[in-house]
Amino acid sequence: MRKMLFLMVAIAAVISTPVQAKLRVFACEPEWASLLNELAGDAITVDIATNALQDVHVVEARPSLIAKMRRADLLVCTGAQLEIGWLPQLLRQAGNTKVSAGAGHFMAASQVTTLEKPASIDRSAGDVHPDGNPHVQLDPYRVLAIAKALGARLAELDAANATTYQQRLGDFETRWQAAIKAWEAKAAPLKGKSVIVYHSSWVYLLQWLGMHEIGSLEPKPGVPPTSSHLSSLIDVTKSGGAIAIISAAYQDRRPGEWLSERTSVPAVVLPFTVGGDDQAKDLFGLYDSTIDKLLGALK
Amino acid sequence: MRPNPLAIALATILLASAPLAEASTDPQIAALAERIRALEANAQVLQKQAADALAAAQAAQSELHQMIAAQQQQSVAQVSAEPAASSTSASTNAFNPAIALILNGLFVNHSQDPLNYQRAGFPLVGEGEPSLNGLQLGESEISFAANIDDKFYGQLTLTMASENGETDTGIEEAYIETTALPDGFTARAGRFYSNIGYLNSHHTHTDYFSDRPLAYQAFLGNQYGDDGVQIRWVAPTDIYLELGSEAFRGESAPASGAAHDGIGAKTFFVHAGGDVGFENSWLAGASILHTDSVNGEDGFSGRNNLFLFDFTWKWAPHGAFKDSGVVVRSEAFIDDRDGMVIDPQDPDALAQAWNGKRHGAYIEGLYRFSRTWDVGYRYDKLWAASSGPYASDFNPTRHTVDATWHNSEFSLLRLQFSHDQPQPHFIDNVLSLQYQVSLGAHGAHKF
Repeated sequence: MRKMLFLMVAIAAVISTPVQAKLRVFACEPEWASLLNELAGDAITVDIATNALQDVHVVEARPSLIAKMRRADLLVCTGAQLEIGWLPQLLRQAGNTKVSAGAGHFMAASQVTTLEKPASIDRSAGDVHPDGNPHVQLDPYRVLAIAKALGARLAELDAANATTYQQRLGDFETRWQAAIKAWEAKAAPLKGKSVIVYHSSWVYLLQWLGMHEIGSLEPKPGVPPTSSHLSSLIDVTKSGGAIAIISAAYQDRRPGEWLSERTSVPAVVLPFTVGGDDQAKDLFGLYDSTIDKLLGALK
Repeated sequence: MRPNPLAIALATILLASAPLAEASTDPQIAALAERIRALEANAQVLQKQAADALAAAQAAQSELHQMIAAQQQQSVAQVSAEPAASSTSASTNAFNPAIALILNGLFVNHSQDPLNYQRAGFPLVGEGEPSLNGLQLGESEISFAANIDDKFYGQLTLTMASENGETDTGIEEAYIETTALPDGFTARAGRFYSNIGYLNSHHTHTDYFSDRPLAYQAFLGNQYGDDGVQIRWVAPTDIYLELGSEAFRGESAPASGAAHDGIGAKTFFVHAGGDVGFENSWLAGASILHTDSVNGEDGFSGRNNLFLFDFTWKWAPHGAFKDSGVVVRSEAFIDDRDGMVIDPQDPDALAQAWNGKRHGAYIEGLYRFSRTWDVGYRYDKLWAASSGPYASDFNPTRHTVDATWHNSEFSLLRLQFSHDQPQPHFIDNVLSLQYQVSLGAHGAHKF
């Protein structure tokens, strides 16, 4: 009898799976997975391709990612050529037409204007992105714009849950707008302050907070820091009155610490994306942590 | 006491003022008072107006803030049309294929003359011979790739190499591939590298060493590419599982003569892979290459089944392999022949039957200790046949170590040393220094 029941449950599980099949989403970066969670909650299944301790410029097209891509109904990535070293390969190997183009292919950076679109493109300037700086997740206004577009896309692909997505988007927008006000008030002392960055991944954050970048540890974007370049930064850091040397959780900490020792300007590791530190559990936590850590450098 | 005239005047004014103040009924004063009240009222109105104006200004300011916010938000969708418009107006080249160039050059020092190089049990076929001595240009590669339309992708890879002072241009790959087949199927047609094994489908510029393993040189003439068709399917499973099959013309080594009306080689391959935790990934495969040869480079005519087994394990802290990590890879080959051999140097020689197996394998490890440096070690071994025309008691081996410096994703310098023993009393110590760069479109590489 119990065997019978077990069998029936098993059969029911097998049969019912396709009926209540949730939308499967492949998220390239944790920040978009977090946004998807805000907008859809349990209504969808999300696979995250990378974590905060990986450099998304240079992730490998791992077999497990091909398998995830193969089963996805929607692809949510940053775009602007951030994932150019691996995403095209995943798409070509997975053979999943749902996500290779069209509605199932959502690029966050295409939903907003990007900064630093280069006038001329030459790799002597480093690993430049012709479509502009792709690291848009640290401008809350752009995140909101992306959330709206993504909410609409979810509703389009999964009409059955459209009201859920709409409702959750509204809820997210209210909380996000309130959070923006709080962050802006809290971050007011940071206005006009200068920082040294590791890579040019902070333009959106710095622009939003009214801060300035006066130097970067990488001599050129994507070219690892060299000792001669770091030495040349000592004067810049001191004379420019930098409050911090900032790097992302995935980046090598040694160059920043080296410069910090010689300038007594604190080296600050920011989460950069969701999961980058204990506080950055979701998008809200990401901003909380980022602003707290920057304010911490002021003291 | 003489009255002070000033005091009197003051007193008079004071006295006079008292009745003046009291006499509010005086029409002139009433008018003045009225005027003051009017002015006061006026002032109040003005004050109110000022407050209103201030409020309005504040409202305008907040509206402005909102507009700025809205504008930032409005960087939505429609804006995505803007860059496209600007770039299309800039040039009509927007639809040009992505062009990528690989340049590569070497300095090689062999302790033995490469012309005397022979491998016991394994005649040199295809491009499986050792490199030249001295300064030389490696293979330069140019590739064009683009989506053709909504259903096809196309790629052309040309190679240019100098041989004996002549420039040799070759079509390395030229194929079209479907992008719109349903259910995980992809089909390909044209000339391309077969998907058998691990390294075979990878272009040499993604290798960890400046030359291919001995087994690739001995059994596949360095790399097997040919004219043909391919179908592959990725299963909708949690674990990566790819199955596929190919049919080739069979002109290039190890096949030859394009038997069966030009369908002389067939393959079947399975690849599986996945992650173990966040930090480990693996990929394994089993493949078979079945060829029918007619007067092959090694003089062979007949059937050849080549079995390949490959395994790759990558470990990286946090799964961030570009910064540090370890790769271990191994491939094993079984070459099973059934046919006849006529000595290619001597066409009048008698045909000899050849029915037997040869084996080959390599294992390589790469340790990357920073984004700029990695070091590798590879061990190669070939097991010759014990009977038949290429029988040998000696099994060739080779040890290789290298160190690679990457300035960026796009350039590297590699110093490599190998200790190669292809025959019992022949040891070739090879030192090479290689540069390799990629220009143009950013390639996306396979795992």
